[in-house]
Amino acid sequence: MSLDVLYFAWVRERVGAPRETLDTAARTAGELVEELRGRSPGHAAAFADASAVRVAIDQRLADFDAPLENVREVAFFPPMTGG
Amino acid sequence: MEIRIQREAFDFGAEAGAFAERQRGMGAVVAFAGIARDAAGGGLEALEIETYPGMAERAIGDIAQEARQRWSLGGVLVVHRHGALRPEETIMMVATAASHRREAFEAAEFLMDFLKSRAPFWKREVCAGSGSWVEASEADEAALARWAGDGTPPRG
Repeated sequence: MSLDVLYFAWVRERVGAPRETLDTAARTAGELVEELRGRSPGHAAAFADASAVRVAIDQRLADFDAPLENVREVAFFPPMTGG
Repeated sequence: MEIRIQREAFDFGAEAGAFAERQRGMGAVVAFAGIARDAAGGGLEALEIETYPGMAERAIGDIAQEARQRWSLGGVLVVHRHGALRPEETIMMVATAASHRREAFEAAEFLMDFLKSRAPFWKREVCAGSGSWVEASEADEAALARWAGDGTPPRG
């Protein structure tokens, strides 16, 4: 499954890129995090504490156990600070 | 319902005035502006705001839709900037219109509480050439909890 993965704020800085496209067999966002951790030291640093990271699936906030079936875009970022 | 995510500065007073002009038969208009301030007193040079284009419009649209279901509203306006802002610049605004003030105030507060921690924006403060990401506050997260339930904030 080909997936666009986006990163924002300090997650983006640690990964070292704003987005990447990858082929993955991950079934959930949590499984995707496990896979991403192994991609580079930057990825590992970004996801060292997964509880500090939020996930959006196809541009909607989601849980880490949410399925990735038929999903096109997954984004990881710190808790939001809008307003 | 109007939602704008933009890099450009905007005139809060002019936006609020034009919003009020557009309302028909509404007895109350509330407008709120968020201003870039030197929170830590460390000589803020710039406030950089990153956003997730697409999701920002969608998330704010969902929040505004929720507000419409909870209160009987006229217009709803949200403007949120991204990019590099200087201290004292307006970051964002919300405006609400309703028949009576309570709905307009509550809906504006609801929108702000959810925009703070459910709309994809991340603030970075630049002081003396070095930047640090603003951390989400527990108070902001706690502010959401009070809207759980019957749709009205607790009193007293």
